[in-house]
Amino acid sequence: MTGKQPGSNRPKLSLHVPEPPFRPGDEVDYSWLEVPEPDAIPRPDENADPASIRDLAYGLIRVLDFEDRAVGSWNPNLDPDTLLAMLRKMALLRAFDERMHRQQRQGKTSFYVKSTGEEAIAIAQTFALDRADMCFPSYRQPGILFARDYPMVEMINQIFSNAADPLKGRQLPIMYSAKDYGFFSISGNLATQYPQAVGWAMASASKGDDRIAAVWCGEGSTSEGDFHNGLTFGAVYNAPCVFNVVNNQYAISSYSGFAGSERTTFAARGIGYGIPALRVDGNDAPAVFSATRWAADRARANLGPTLIELFTYRADAHSTSDDPAAYRSAQERSEWPLGDPITRLKRHCIALGVWDMERQAAMDLEVAEEVLAAQKEAEKNGILGHGLHQPDVTMFQDVYEHMPWHLREQSEQAARERAHKWPE
Amino acid sequence: MARMSMIQAINSALDVMMDRDPDVVILGEDVGYFGGVFRVTAGLQAKYGKERCFDTPITECGIIGAAIGMAAYGLRPVPEIQFADYVYPGLDQIVSEAARLRHRSAGDFQCPLVIRIPFGGGIFGGQTHSQSPEALFTHVAGIKTVVPSNPRDAKGLLISAIEDNDPVIFFEPKRCYNGPFDGYYDRPAKTWADHPDGDVDEGHFQIPLGKARLVTEGSEMTVLAYGTMVHVAQQVLTEHGIEADLIDLRTLVPLDIETIEKSVKKTGRCAIVHEATRTSGFGAELAALVQERCFYHLEAPIERVTGFDTPYPHSLEWSYFPGPIRIGEALERLAGAEA
Repeated sequence: MTGKQPGSNRPKLSLHVPEPPFRPGDEVDYSWLEVPEPDAIPRPDENADPASIRDLAYGLIRVLDFEDRAVGSWNPNLDPDTLLAMLRKMALLRAFDERMHRQQRQGKTSFYVKSTGEEAIAIAQTFALDRADMCFPSYRQPGILFARDYPMVEMINQIFSNAADPLKGRQLPIMYSAKDYGFFSISGNLATQYPQAVGWAMASASKGDDRIAAVWCGEGSTSEGDFHNGLTFGAVYNAPCVFNVVNNQYAISSYSGFAGSERTTFAARGIGYGIPALRVDGNDAPAVFSATRWAADRARANLGPTLIELFTYRADAHSTSDDPAAYRSAQERSEWPLGDPITRLKRHCIALGVWDMERQAAMDLEVAEEVLAAQKEAEKNGILGHGLHQPDVTMFQDVYEHMPWHLREQSEQAARERAHKWPE
Repeated sequence: MARMSMIQAINSALDVMMDRDPDVVILGEDVGYFGGVFRVTAGLQAKYGKERCFDTPITECGIIGAAIGMAAYGLRPVPEIQFADYVYPGLDQIVSEAARLRHRSAGDFQCPLVIRIPFGGGIFGGQTHSQSPEALFTHVAGIKTVVPSNPRDAKGLLISAIEDNDPVIFFEPKRCYNGPFDGYYDRPAKTWADHPDGDVDEGHFQIPLGKARLVTEGSEMTVLAYGTMVHVAQQVLTEHGIEADLIDLRTLVPLDIETIEKSVKKTGRCAIVHEATRTSGFGAELAALVQERCFYHLEAPIERVTGFDTPYPHSLEWSYFPGPIRIGEALERLAGAEA
């Protein structure tokens, strides 16, 4: 049944549903992907007029070339200590992810999300921000906490939802909150943190503070209204906020085409708002650092927000509840032209002559030991579902600042049930 | 003391709080230079500056989301949603974010936020300027829901809400902004000028959240109402010569269950009146609580008088509104029911 008029000679309409370039079993060929030379678009001054730098939204800011050298005007010329500190944090995060993933598989917790292949993003970005700047992360930026030396034991306590969990067993694993570390409570709902970060930045500006906000979401959640509402607010009030879109090309199984990547880049979303937009190689730690510092300096100088698209590849599953073999070609990861962020930074440090394979191997062992020690420490406080969790009454606390009568009554019910289930 | 309409009283509460606390800020559509479509924020931008009272883009999600970020920073934002009917695009920010921030972060962050929302019908607003969506909010753990019925309460409750560290939804019965509405739309409108509750202290005072008010006292029945319906119910009780405990709930969550329980145990009869749609309305919660706590004292079935389960109609507004006929019928039924 259609409404087409009899005798109409107009062409039939057809519906377009995006389809990713590769599916399981496909040979992967990335020859269509343009990877420009590092200095293809030189670094403009931080106070550049957004209208004069629109080409940056369609290019790709790179610093590390294919010979592992740092080159071009975006090169932040980081000293070896900083490069090696970033490398170590990235290696530590990867070791942490490997071990925590296994803990989930062993039944010690319900859920885990790895950052594999995206370690450079949150870590190099946090290195480019001030320690007091406020971060509004999505769920794949634990690198912020690593870069700010948040105790791993606390993270694992949270992942295990155990008796020492700083969030009292209330949140899904990895949805950390650490105000003292400038790390906003992770929601789990997507892109809700966008307008919130802008509000925080507006408050900072209205108080004459010098701290800025930074916020992250994935390319998939740029489809949410919150993303656009956040950009509108940020643009209208010239908020000191760095908007980050981590384009890892996948929203669980849906490739980035379902968020609009067939037509344009995600950085280009900024252009309609008059916000400067940078598109950066997310696996190139010095480039990520450089772009973020450019945006942060701009915000700090009262020049308002910047949108950064961090182009990367989600090298592993979305989460422990996902199996990417069911929807994408296994070759994608090995063929990804922009490589692995840790390997690239390591090779760069070796090329600089400040690092070598022996030290790398020793560091890999050290970080694995560090993670294991933290895990053993955290496990003393229990694992999910096996004793040593929070008393039931904590479920009723913090719903309000002061517990109202109806929650008090319900908590008494919970206490009776507990006494029945586990008579002492 | 001064004579105030509910608009002036709310404006006075905002003025008092902005003066006392530099962290109190106002944002919303048209609230700045213009002073709001209902004039509630008139003069505040001129007095406190553009950084503390400002207009926003038309995005309720953005307004509430930004206010949450401001609250996380340490401010006490008081966003205005122009009409309750427009709050839905901001619902995720209220339900999933503001309401849970303290709990999910185990007190690491808090969200002291008051969302002011004019609600209710009777102004020929049609389906997009008349709704009473309070039950959507009372259903959510972590937020408080407040509904004043007169100028004095509006000011005292709003000051308490702004000083509270939890997110508060503050519903303003816009039909009563300029005067108490007794349900007779075809009679001359009354103003607050000669109503005792139009006498409002000009300074700082609080009316605590979670405390109801006994408007009239009587032994025949208990009538539970809030907002505009307090005045309509009072008019009907007078007309029918029924002596009742008329309880103005003032706060829906947390509810003053003590006052309700005490009264119903005394009278043995209970009617609930609200303007919102019937099914799953707040009246259902009240009826459940009353029967749970007072069942053996009840001498008649609980009566529920509400709006109908339809969108708020434009031309048939007064057929939809739970006015004196619908309320009178229910109260007579309740009074006459055999024990």
